Formats: sequence, structure tokens, C-alpha cells
Amino acid sequence: MSSIVSKENLSESVVRMDILAPEIARKRKAGQFVILKVNEQGERIPLTIVESDGEQGTITIIFQIVGKTTALMAALNAGDDIQDVQGPLGNPTEIENFGHVVCIGGGVGVGVIYPITKALKEAGNRVTSIIGARTKSLIILEEEMSAASNELIVATDDGSYGVHGFVSNVLQKLIDGGEKIDHVYAIGPVPMMKAIANLTRPYGIKTIVSLNAIMVDATGMCGACRVSVAGKTEFTCVDGPEFDGHQVDFDLLANRLRMYCEQEGQSYERHRCGSQGN
Amino acid sequence: MAEIATKPKKEKIPRQAMPEQDPGDRVKNFDEVPCGYPPETAILEAKRCIQCKKPGCVEGCPVDVRIPEFILQIAAGNFLGAARTLKETNCLPAVCGRVCPQEDQCEKTCILGKKGEPVAIGRLERFAADYERDRGAVTIPAVAAPNGKKVAVIGAGPSGLTIAGDLVKLGYDVTVFEALHKAGGVLIYGIPEFRLPKAIVEAEVDYLKQLGVKVVTNAVVGRLKTIDDLFAEGFDAVYVAVGAGAPVFMDIPGENMSGIYSANEYLTRSNLMKAYRFPEYDTPIVRGKNVAVIGGGNVAMDSVRTALRLGAENAYIIYRRSEVEMPARKEEVHHAKEEGVQFLLLTNPVEYLGDKDGWVTGVKCIRMELGEPDASGRRSPVPVPGSEFVIDVDTVVVAVGTMANPIVPSTTPGLETNRKGYIITKGESGETSRRGVYAGGDIVTGSATVILAMGAGRKAAQAIHQALSGVTTE
Repeated sequence: MSSIVSKENLSESVVRMDILAPEIARKRKAGQFVILKVNEQGERIPLTIVESDGEQGTITIIFQIVGKTTALMAALNAGDDIQDVQGPLGNPTEIENFGHVVCIGGGVGVGVIYPITKALKEAGNRVTSIIGARTKSLIILEEEMSAASNELIVATDDGSYGVHGFVSNVLQKLIDGGEKIDHVYAIGPVPMMKAIANLTRPYGIKTIVSLNAIMVDATGMCGACRVSVAGKTEFTCVDGPEFDGHQVDFDLLANRLRMYCEQEGQSYERHRCGSQGN
Repeated sequence: MAEIATKPKKEKIPRQAMPEQDPGDRVKNFDEVPCGYPPETAILEAKRCIQCKKPGCVEGCPVDVRIPEFILQIAAGNFLGAARTLKETNCLPAVCGRVCPQEDQCEKTCILGKKGEPVAIGRLERFAADYERDRGAVTIPAVAAPNGKKVAVIGAGPSGLTIAGDLVKLGYDVTVFEALHKAGGVLIYGIPEFRLPKAIVEAEVDYLKQLGVKVVTNAVVGRLKTIDDLFAEGFDAVYVAVGAGAPVFMDIPGENMSGIYSANEYLTRSNLMKAYRFPEYDTPIVRGKNVAVIGGGNVAMDSVRTALRLGAENAYIIYRRSEVEMPARKEEVHHAKEEGVQFLLLTNPVEYLGDKDGWVTGVKCIRMELGEPDASGRRSPVPVPGSEFVIDVDTVVVAVGTMANPIVPSTTPGLETNRKGYIITKGESGETSRRGVYAGGDIVTGSATVILAMGAGRKAAQAIHQALSGVTTE
């Protein structure tokens, strides 16, 4: 059992939570994640550890309400419990002083890029960050990202805030403007990561992506999260979650992420009817 | 039967059959297939035992259960006494009575088997353990006074649970660290409900907790803490029993398509996460109409029988050798056949075909024929050129084996492993190249059986006891 210490709605569909998990809080490094299981009937879902507070013994997670489990979690409040929290899992981000790095986060992926951005800046990199979302109300962690970066550019698809356009358009402009970029980190929806990887490939800019494959045990036991990287099968949970974006088969990832669309819809529908029924 | 009696002799009691669910009914549910002996049948079966002075059955048992003794107690109607005798040497009798390959162990060396059928030792073991549990008559034996020594066990599967039970009884302070959210290892995530009800595993784990074993779930040793961290926390010895949990794929084209599972994933979803009860439970599983399971072992049989229960219209076993070479227990193959599984033997997949969304639609196979015996002594399968054909499927489960999971070895400096990643131990004690670190079960042997893993736990318990307390037990 892990109790929720605090909860905040970052946007209409994105929630931030601090959870009491002292051992994980002490041990975790940027780029790692936890598996959560809300209750006895719950499924196991991976979520990146956004921040941790070793003294308070808390870890921070950020999630978007996309289905039953996240809806169920969003309905919990400070003082409530999450049945199982397992972690830290996955390999930490390799943090070095690369020079000039660009950290790109899309949608709720900003929560995942944030700890990496912070660690890269602390390691002495000059950090330019680009965060984006469909519309202004979905932009999260703007202040935190600004503090963790030397420069922050915000973009919205609909132009309601910041630059009008995709994060990839912003990156293209940086490159076109003659910026020397040593490393790119891109985390967000699959189409975004694919677009960024395609963009940087011809320039030979090393591009790291963090993959959000479906997982069950997350310790290398089941292979649900397998992805193809440079033609080789890798497990996101133990070999990743970060991979060389130029080598990832994003189409395969997108297909595998759709494997349970129907059941996920059914489960969410049943949950919503149940919770609205009385 | 038309047997010609030449002279009158004492009527022999035949080996007693165990009632089981009708195949037509059981493929529609996940309830246990065999129903267990009623008491009168158990007594009758127990009376078949001739109480050998030098019992071969005990020699065939990896944990030295005092078999004639507990059988004699059953014959006398002392069922609870039988259960307690069992538990003195085997902390998981209800499990072993169900999943041990008795035909290769105790029952293989039963003297009655020489001329007829051996005593049904497994069924009697199961009966006694179930009788005790069902009546709420499980008693907690006295354990030795605490000796102040701490032992960490990594992995709450059969090997880890066995050593935990043995050491706690000897007065050790034992903590079991389990990566998943529930203890039991393969007994919980791997073996299906219809073969081993999870309530039984939970009861066995509860029993160990009552003995004083501490179980910490969600603790991935190697990530949350390392073995060195455990020593720093004050543990005097560590037993590594993390199993051979990593799935093996065949590395053929299309194997990562949607609808293709490792057996580990398929079974974990169904058993540990109870996906067969979706949407009551949140974890989904694909309920395929045409399901192919690749492999011929017990895990393949568990997978294919799960597929039937999830509603498959056609459930295939695709195996590259013939039925004789199948590593699965005969009983499992028999049950699978009764339930309507279609066996495609001497057949091997070479490629998966899929639709535009990347979902598997077919498995291209090639016919095989048996050549010369290979290293395993089994005749090795050789492809027949030009014999490819396609089977339409929408779900595939790859059950061709498992391998070592590197998380613990890779985070433990000085812990030697072999070429395949299994931990190297010195003989039966389970001692590794690291002082104070012992290992046993599948992470040492590669995937084997529940009882062999338990046997390794038993022997390591003795070695640890000797190392930490200077006492030899036997």
C-alpha cells in the first residue's frame, strides 16, 4: 500500500500526484518509471517518475485520463491508497555534458521529459526545451520546464498559446537557424517522436526517445513491451525505456499500442456507466 | 474383465481413479479439472501401499517426503496426521500433489509399478493436504527460538518459499523479496487456475507467514536494492531463487505482430491478472477464435487449454517433433486432447503473416521429419523442403522455453554465471562464487519442475544453516 500525499489537476485531463514510496524515492534516477496497480482488480500500468523527494519519501507521477485505470486514479485524493507501487524500473537516462541539448515534450510526455531536462541541465548542458500540446489548456509544467532549461519554447497545435504549430516545426526552425545541436530528447505521442526522429536523422543529430509500450510485469518476464530497434527485438521495460530514435520501428510500436483498443474502450465505458449510474 | 484365475487369491485393489470434470463442461470454465479423492477412495488407494522396508518412492522424491508413513496414516483414517507428516518435509503438499511429475519420481520407483500400477502417491498427497485445509485444521507447528540471524530470499516461487519455511522453523529471521505484487512465482503467474487453484497457493503462502516468514512484494532486487544493499541492511545470507523468467522467442519474421504472445505474458495476464475475468478485472487478454500455441511442454499445454477456455474455436499445438518427444506430462497431453486441442506435430513455424494493421492472420509452417538423435537424446527434427503451408490464426502463443533473467546477476558483482546466464553453484549446497550468496531453482538449472526447485531450496537451507550456525541437519 502506498498513500497519496497530494494531488493536483494540471489540466482538464492531466493529474499530478505525490505518492509515499520512500525506498523508491531514494533510489530512483531520471528516466526511470514505476508500475502501479490501483486495487485488487486493477491492471498494472507503467508511469514515469517525474520527481522524487528523498526527505518526504515521495515520488511524483503525472498521468492523463485515457481509460478506466487512469480515470479511477484521478478519482482518488490525498489520503487514499494505491495498492501496489513497484519500482524504480527501467534504465536511468545516460546523463552527460553533451553540450547543447534540445528536450522536446509533447502532451503528457512533458512530465516524462521534465526529470531528464533537469538532470541534463544539472550536468552542465545548455538546454533548449520545446513543449507542446493540442491547445493552451493542455500545456503542463511550463514553469518547471522553464526553470530546468536555459530557454523554453511553447507550441500549440491550434495556436492558442506560444508558437502556432507542432514541436517538430519549432525544432526545424532551430536547425534552420543554424543552431548547433548535439543531442535531442523527444518524448510524447508516437507520431510526434517519429516526426522528430525523421527530422533529425538527415542531420545526424543523436535523438533519444522514451517509449510507452504496453507492459505487464515490467521486469523482463513477459515481452508485452517488445519493440524493434535496429531490426532487433528489445524489451522496453529492461532494455529501455529510452532508445535511439533513429533505429526504432515506430509503426510497429503504434500497432502494438492499439492491441487492446476495443477492450480498453469497453472497460472505460463500463466504468463510466457504473460511476454515473447512481 | 475376462481374466482367467488359475488359483484363488486375495482380490487386488485397482489404482483408484480420481473423478474429474467432464471435458465438455470444463472447457467452458476455469475451475479445477480433477476433483480430488473422496475419503473412502483415499483409504482404498492408501491400502494398496505395501509399506516397503526400503521404500523406493522416498528415494524418488526430491524433498524426501516420508511417503509410506503418511499413506499408512490415510489408510487408518488419520487424515490430519497424514497432512502433518507431509508438512514436516514439504511445505507445499497441496501444490506438489497437483503439479509434481509423480510418474517420473515417487510413483516411478514404487514397487507396485513393476507389475501393475504404482500407488497414486500424488493424489493421496493432494487429498491429505486438501482435507486439512478445507476443514480449517491447519496448525502452526512450533518453531525454534529466534537465533538472531537474518536471511534474505529473492523470489517467492517454490524454491524461495521452501527455503523460507525451512529456515524460519530453525529460528532464522527470514524475509522474502518478491518482484511482483503477489507471492507464489510460477505457481501464481504461470500455472492456470484449472490445474492449481490460486486459493491453494495463497493458503500455502499464508501458512508460511504464520510461521513468521516476512514477504515483501513489489520489491525488484537489482533495481530497488542490490544484494550488496541487503548485506548492508544486516542480512547474513542471501538465497537467489528468481527463476528462469525471461521468455524465448524464435526470432522468425513477423513475431512481434499484434496478437502474438509469449506464454509468460499470456499466462500472466490470465492467471496473475485474472484477465479471463475481464472486464470484472481490468487486465485485457485477446480472446482468439483460432489460436496456435507453439511448443510441446507443460507451458504449451497450459496455454492451449487456456485459449480453449477463453473461447477459441480452434486451438492448435504446433510442435516440431512427434508426440513421443513431447516434454509435457502425459496427463496434460491427455487432458488437452480430451478438450479438443488439435495437435499439429512434426510442424514448425517459419513466418507469421499479418493484415495491414499488423495483426497476425496466419502462421506459415513447414513439415518436419525426425533425423538422428541430438544432444538431448531426442531425434532431431529436420525440415522437409517445399512442405510449407499456412494455418489461419488470429492469436499465437510462443511457448518454446524460457531463459535466465539478468536483473539479479548483472547487479551483483562477483556472482558468476554460465554462458546462458544461469548462476553457477558448488554442488547441491547452492553456494555461489559470492560468499554468503546461495542460489537454487530455475536460475541455476534452467527451467525445470516445481519440486526440483523446492529440493534445491531444501538443500540450500541446510547449507545456510550449517554456515551460519555450524549445525548439520539431516
